[in-house]
Amino acid sequence: MSDNLIFAMEVTLNGLMAGVLYALVALGFVLIYKASGIFNFAQGVMALFAAMTLVGIQKGQVPFSHLINAILGTEFHYFGWTMHSFLAIALTVVVMIGLALAVQQLIFRHLVGQEPIILFMATIGLAYLLEGLADLMWGSEIKTLNVCLTGDTCLPQGLNATIDSITYNIFGYGFFIDNLDITATVVAAILVAALVAFSQYTKQGRAMRAVADDHQAALSVGISLKFIWVLVWSIAGFVALVAGIMWGAKSGVQFSLSLIALKALPVLMLGGFTSIPGAIVGGLIIGVGEKVFEFAIGPMVGGATENWFAYVLALIFLVFRPQGLFGEKIIERV
Amino acid sequence: MKDTTEGYVTADGRQIGGVLMEMKNITLQFGGVKAITDISFDIREGEIRAIIGPNGAGKSSMLNVISGFYVPTVGEVWFHGKKRPQMKPYQVAQQGIARTFQNIALFKGMSTLDNIMTGRMTMMNTNLVTQAMWWGKAQREESEHREKVEKIIDFLEIQAIRKTPVGRLPYGLQKRVELGRALAAEPKLLLLDEPMAGMNVEEKEDMSRFILDVNDEFGTTIALIEHDMGVVMDLSDRVVVMDYGKKIGDGTPDEVRNNQEVIDAYLGVEHD
Repeated sequence: MSDNLIFAMEVTLNGLMAGVLYALVALGFVLIYKASGIFNFAQGVMALFAAMTLVGIQKGQVPFSHLINAILGTEFHYFGWTMHSFLAIALTVVVMIGLALAVQQLIFRHLVGQEPIILFMATIGLAYLLEGLADLMWGSEIKTLNVCLTGDTCLPQGLNATIDSITYNIFGYGFFIDNLDITATVVAAILVAALVAFSQYTKQGRAMRAVADDHQAALSVGISLKFIWVLVWSIAGFVALVAGIMWGAKSGVQFSLSLIALKALPVLMLGGFTSIPGAIVGGLIIGVGEKVFEFAIGPMVGGATENWFAYVLALIFLVFRPQGLFGEKIIERV
Repeated sequence: MKDTTEGYVTADGRQIGGVLMEMKNITLQFGGVKAITDISFDIREGEIRAIIGPNGAGKSSMLNVISGFYVPTVGEVWFHGKKRPQMKPYQVAQQGIARTFQNIALFKGMSTLDNIMTGRMTMMNTNLVTQAMWWGKAQREESEHREKVEKIIDFLEIQAIRKTPVGRLPYGLQKRVELGRALAAEPKLLLLDEPMAGMNVEEKEDMSRFILDVNDEFGTTIALIEHDMGVVMDLSDRVVVMDYGKKIGDGTPDEVRNNQEVIDAYLGVEHD
């Protein structure tokens, strides 16, 4: 087999796994958009906020320590514990549910029935508010995130030796595949399967779809909009946490994490704003497309195509298939 | 007007029971505009009660007051002999009042089956965690409800469109699915907002038959708004007539038909 072909395979594989991470962020967008018609610009920041909260709780950081110390004149930065990852994740989930409640009660409850653009602007405000809050609570330095299940079985870092040796035996060239990417793929697959099952086969899932479709009708069959919205924001917060863990473990918990949300936009345009499978497939296409394009065309145009490839692809899609690959076809009886 | 305090027997021999719902001096005001002015009437158990009136008479507003979408400015709503506190529409639905809408409010992206399943929302008891884990109880509950829904689908003769997204269905069938969703809640009181609006004669006949059958077989109390006078007179036991937000008549179809005020409102009066 030619070297180029083998390289291309490796690049594709890496692209697929990068795509999974994009898809994880896009998923959060789709959930909220489907249930409330809100395009949540703050989804990326929610992932950042979740990751920072997780690290903070894990390391026993005192929230708002700078503020507290400045006011009281103390030097109180750490509680002095290192918390087990499971417990820390559970606590972070509680924080994200609290955030969902706060967002619903303080912001969106007052904006019911407003134009979509107003709701969108509110989420931009929310994004900056959350970013500031994260900074104030946990500080702005870059943190490393390591999630461990038991004592020393942690989220695996580094390259996967098995794949390396298998591919070396077959092709005479070992593929570089990140262990973390493989884990992320498995986690994402489980998450998506769980979400789809929840929305298709449970009472609350059906209520979520009902609210997404028609508010008045949902009320008339006894569904509380407030409850569903808090539920949806909580689930989106949970998805943000998962995305935050994966991205944080990969590249450190830092403020640039919130920018990954921008990469989710072309993913959504490809997959459609209303489709969970669409978010996954869109993410994969962008991930693979980006890497393969860089590999094949990149050298001819001086590289750095990864920065713009996704957006150009999304533009082309907007022209030919505005509802995305899996978006709901707008059914209109005349 | 016939005295109905103790319940009565209809011409076709159905026993009508005591008061299920009573509206007491309802006034509804939007800013300076009065949509409803001091209206009182009652709905009795087992009865088909119609609210009629020309366009803009306040009929839909009245239905929205009953179903909790509007809060009356003045007046009380009594249900099961108790004064109803101010409630959100979803709480009213949980009390056993189901409704349909004039302009059809279905979940267009969902199948007929799923739409009707949402109607059973108020009757499902398992909590969020059990649901999410899909434990035995939740699964059993789901299939029990599914059975009830299939019965309604049979009853309304819509087996053929069970899996079709309702957005694709013709208007008449959508109306029928919406009725099915309301029925799925096994309501104590069923509110129908112009169930026959925009239908052709054949569809109207079908819908009339379903309404009568629902009342007859399940004993469901029905309050409906309708424009088509002929249909109303055939279907209903008692009729409230509204005009410009006021009640101008209340009684059996025959009484209402011979009421001078009602005739004036519908046919117009000569002005001199």
